[in-house]
Amino acid sequence: MSEQAPDTAGRELAEEARDRVRFEEEALSRADQVYQVARHLAGSKEEAEELMQETYARAFRSWRSYTPGTNMRAWLLRILTNLNIDRGRRKQRRPPERSLEEGDYSLYDRLEETTGAGSSEDEERLLNRLSQSDIVDALTALPHDFRDVLVLVDLGEFSYQETAQILSIPIGTVMSRLHRARRLLKQSLAGSLENER
Amino acid sequence: MSESPCAKCERLLQLYLDGGLNEIEAREAENHLDDCGYCHRQYRFERAFREHLRKTLSEEPMSPELRIKLAALRSDVRPAGDP
Repeated sequence: MSEQAPDTAGRELAEEARDRVRFEEEALSRADQVYQVARHLAGSKEEAEELMQETYARAFRSWRSYTPGTNMRAWLLRILTNLNIDRGRRKQRRPPERSLEEGDYSLYDRLEETTGAGSSEDEERLLNRLSQSDIVDALTALPHDFRDVLVLVDLGEFSYQETAQILSIPIGTVMSRLHRARRLLKQSLAGSLENER
Repeated sequence: MSESPCAKCERLLQLYLDGGLNEIEAREAENHLDDCGYCHRQYRFERAFREHLRKTLSEEPMSPELRIKLAALRSDVRPAGDP
């Protein structure tokens, strides 16, 4: 019995090493997808790259807390969003006091006005009026709580439930923040078209 | 047009596009979209807007340098026989 113990321990160690390597490979294979979301959760490319490194360093240390077969991308992004909050980088912006109860469709209306198009105008052509920098700027200007849900749902394609778990907030909060985030984003983009006039 | 004649449908439309409605609610939403030209146009625009957002914001890939840095964070533990 006592002679077998070292063998057993050795086998367990080898198995653990293999599990760990498997975990690391899987986490790295998700890096592109995680980065796409991280890039817009963070305020800049530099911040996103730092956050990615911190996230992966922590993930590789805490690999035993990941349950194989569950959503690795969501698990990594949960670490990343927590780090983003912990770092205190998030200069909170208060959402505007003005009412959001009107003007949700103003972006559409404004795009139609500025292109002088009729109602049958192709949506994609209208949307091409918005430059990449207009969109990135409008997203960056959103209050962080709103930006987080919008990026996770619209860019990360997470469900309400998954987003709630990643951010540790109730699902109802995800839905209300998402609703407001989209309104704010569209209002801001409508505003940028107005400024170009 | 600054005010939507179907403002009450707006939240429903967002839920529908997010897949957040149950089967019965989704069918009701689809029936309404079939009947209401205004909401149908908004639906098409919302769908295109989300796609445009995703496409525009996904254009920037991770740098090769970052990929190397992340790989370097792995543990040194490699089972015998692994490269």
